[in-house]
Amino acid sequence: MTQQPALIRCERVTKRFGRKRVLRDVSLTVSAGEVVALLGANGAGKTTLLRIVAGLDRPKQGEVWLGAVPLSAADHEIRRYIGVVAHAPLVYDGLTGAENLRFFARMYDLMKPETRIEQVLRGMGLWRRRDDLVRAYSRGMIQRLAIARAILHDPPVLIFDEPDTGLDRESIELLAELIRQLRQGKRAMLITTHERERAFAWADRVCELRDGRLVSGS
Amino acid sequence: MMDELLERSSDGRTSEQFGIVGPFDTVTNRDGGLPAYLRRVWAVAAKDVRTELRAKEIVGTMAAFAVLAAVVFGLAFDLRVPRPELVVPGILWVIILFTGVLGLQRSFGSEMDRGTLTGLLLAPVERSALYFGKVAANLLYFLIVEALLAPTLLILFDVNLMRPLILLGLLLGTVGYTSVGTLFAALTAQSRARETLLPVLLLPVLAPLFIAGVSLTTAILSARPLSDLWRWLVIMALYDALFLTIAFLLFDLIWEQS
Repeated sequence: MTQQPALIRCERVTKRFGRKRVLRDVSLTVSAGEVVALLGANGAGKTTLLRIVAGLDRPKQGEVWLGAVPLSAADHEIRRYIGVVAHAPLVYDGLTGAENLRFFARMYDLMKPETRIEQVLRGMGLWRRRDDLVRAYSRGMIQRLAIARAILHDPPVLIFDEPDTGLDRESIELLAELIRQLRQGKRAMLITTHERERAFAWADRVCELRDGRLVSGS
Repeated sequence: MMDELLERSSDGRTSEQFGIVGPFDTVTNRDGGLPAYLRRVWAVAAKDVRTELRAKEIVGTMAAFAVLAAVVFGLAFDLRVPRPELVVPGILWVIILFTGVLGLQRSFGSEMDRGTLTGLLLAPVERSALYFGKVAANLLYFLIVEALLAPTLLILFDVNLMRPLILLGLLLGTVGYTSVGTLFAALTAQSRARETLLPVLLLPVLAPLFIAGVSLTTAILSARPLSDLWRWLVIMALYDALFLTIAFLLFDLIWEQS
């Protein structure tokens, strides 16, 4: 079996908020076609690490590489290769599901936006509700739309921060299928979840953060 | 960049349920230049306006405040000002100044409150495109409010502000105000005290624009010669150009996390 290239590489990442060290020398690699789950208690530093990998935050020390590109030296184009599902859904409740994706399609300059929007909305089971305002969606539907937004531009690097939040059993099965397809499509995925069993079911490798240190699975 | 980023894999084809068929980089354009930049500016502005049309959160509040403030000024002067053309310029610009703060606070504040700012920051666009999109939407809100305010002042004070040079001055003043205001709204967006911080920071910076706007409007209403008016128009145009340039150059730095 050929070795897949590393798409996410964190090298000795340290982050402080004031005097509190949130991440300490975290090193982690995620290869193409690999799903890595990040476990840890609240405040362990999972979201901070994900924000740093997504380029939303900068480490105090250390470096994050996406493929061969160090994030500290990358311009805004690097963000084209990252898809993020965050704690907040990152969608506008005053727009419909389709309008939300149309807006982000323009921001990502998609080549065939309407085709792509239909594809992801059908994939996430939201096609029939595409013209409803997001404020009329259930929490699970909003989360599915958030996932649709994250994969809209088909990025090679995906960062999912507790993507199972608010999802019912059926939607979780849909998410598991999406993760399986992303893995087969050679995407690199970094996922956090509070559900230990789910982490082991979804991921090729499970890592644990404790007090900002990666204690297993790097 | 893609080649630099990845060794591509062409054997990643799989089910098309979610459109994840690999290899990557098949759905987006890159390096669209100025047309792509302008499309993104337009996308941000159109998104804000569409959201506002449904929520009526910003323009409704601004318009109501502006009309009420004009009525309050009318009552304060007992509707019997001997020479209204001397007080109306001040009233006009004071109302615009305070009304603007209400709208500008929501520009980035609502993105923060709804958690959507992260989505904007994750997009592969220059931050300045976000800024200009927000400026365009704010400019539209201001102009709608001013279109209501001018006839209100005409009714209350019998002063016609709908003259070409006054409208030009209003446009220049509004562009300057929205350019500075949007920049400062972004600067204060992540602060818990943004409602109080924004006017405190903004009003001193707006002083030159405010003075030029009042002076220009007074000069026009007092039928001063055209030569007296140009300097105020030039000051306002320079102010606009200066702050739009500063914002274009500095807007990226606002979102940099240390």
